[in-house]
Amino acid sequence: MENFLQLFNYQFFINASLAAVLSSIACGIIGTYIVSKRIVFISGGITHASFGGIGIGYYFGFNPILGAMIFSVLSALGIEYMTRKTNVREDSVIAMLWSFGMAVGIIFVFLTPGYSANLMSFLFGNILTVTRLNLLLLAVLSVIIIVVFLLMYKTILFVAFDEQYARAARLPVKFVNYMMITLVALTIVLNIRVVGIILVISLLTIPQTIANIFTKKFERIILLAIVIGLIGSFSGLFLSYYFDIPSGASIIFFLVLLFFLAKIGKNLQTFFRIRNQISEEAGKSGSL
Amino acid sequence: MGKIIELQSVNAGYDDEIILHHVNLTINDGDFIGVIGPNGGGKTTLVKIIIGLIKPLSGKVIYHNNNFSDNNKRLIGYLPQISNTDRVFPISVLNVVLSGLAKPRKLVNYFNKEQVEKAHEILAEMGIGHLAKKNIGELSGGQMQRVFLCRAIVARPRLLILDEPNSFVDNKFENDLYNKLNELNQQMAILMVSHDLGTITYYVKTIACVNRELHYHESNTISQEQLSEYNCPIQIIAHGDIPHTVLKKHN
Repeated sequence: MENFLQLFNYQFFINASLAAVLSSIACGIIGTYIVSKRIVFISGGITHASFGGIGIGYYFGFNPILGAMIFSVLSALGIEYMTRKTNVREDSVIAMLWSFGMAVGIIFVFLTPGYSANLMSFLFGNILTVTRLNLLLLAVLSVIIIVVFLLMYKTILFVAFDEQYARAARLPVKFVNYMMITLVALTIVLNIRVVGIILVISLLTIPQTIANIFTKKFERIILLAIVIGLIGSFSGLFLSYYFDIPSGASIIFFLVLLFFLAKIGKNLQTFFRIRNQISEEAGKSGSL
Repeated sequence: MGKIIELQSVNAGYDDEIILHHVNLTINDGDFIGVIGPNGGGKTTLVKIIIGLIKPLSGKVIYHNNNFSDNNKRLIGYLPQISNTDRVFPISVLNVVLSGLAKPRKLVNYFNKEQVEKAHEILAEMGIGHLAKKNIGELSGGQMQRVFLCRAIVARPRLLILDEPNSFVDNKFENDLYNKLNELNQQMAILMVSHDLGTITYYVKTIACVNRELHYHESNTISQEQLSEYNCPIQIIAHGDIPHTVLKKHN
């Protein structure tokens, strides 16, 4: 345990912990929106499209995360715009954007002279090497998300639940949708450093899926998902540190483990509840 | 009493396909209009035009100003087709009803005590007060339809629009629903889209037949001839005898 606390003497570990806390908050809230609104596939598309921005950033020598932010926000707005059109097959468009972003990224990374060892950290993430800038951006984003949800929670909920009714009631549906998809894109990009492009979608969906086992209320799923995200990322962090394995993979591995434990726990609970009911009823009829 | 909404020679459709031709319709306070017609005839398009979800290609939709000073009142209450809703979305019954009181064009929506009470009252009025805290996924089809009706009327609209309210519900609820609508008709005009001709003619005051064009009948009787004319794949389940009044032919 002492050993454990000593870790906090290191700056890199403090940064990693901050990243874990901030990403749990951002992913907890935005992930609940993604899961409830069933836009997991769209989010996957945005995630992979962002790789194009990373490649361009590498080639032209600016911060790849900034490139990814621009690329993913633009593709998110593009997808949102496309879904308004009735004559487009939405899922095909998303799949195209998904691989187009990856293709652009691969081309530019390939064209960049020298081997970029850092590239792996974008694909698989490393919470232990999260940069100060990334941390700062993640903090700003988390504050924005919290403020947006505190102010507009009901409107966001109504629009996500029943868009047709919301439009009939003249709620600002378009604005809410564009705003939310932008926040989704930014949340994804700023978590790429934490778990990597390939795994980031899990950070946005597994905690919610676990939370959903225990509650069906939007705001409770958010809170529970944040807590589960924290447990997952800190456990993954320690696994990663002690066994010297990639942090992203250990976080996701731990979260999936947690999911199965929760599912088994819930099933056992239901099993015992029903068994008690049956034995109670049997007891009653026996006494008659 | 007075005009609520007027459609003046409205053409409506999507892209290059015109679905509704030259529709004229005036909805007045106290009306109870049944909208019937074959699938693809434009019933839902008509509803969307009235609500303002789509703009007419030509012609005019006039909303006669509602001078509601009360923040909790609206011009139109809307009950969409239940099949379009996501039944596992994590939202409580109370929140669904409260969305009927959300302010138009406002991003920030908080609800005061009075509004929350209003929502509870309307749920109790529909006999589902005990479900307020439930998630919508835990409800039966009939209960869900009641919740959506609550959402539509909680703001006491001047006009209530119902799109196929009788789909996915049991017979008992259907009767309750129509009785409730009769009661509501004392306070608001109603426009109801339905497949079920037999029932609709029993309750409504007037009928609008929609099949690319709109024909308005100032009566609630409908003849066998009219049915065949519209080619409606409809089974008539009537409450009592169907009056065999023959309306004048269109035009």
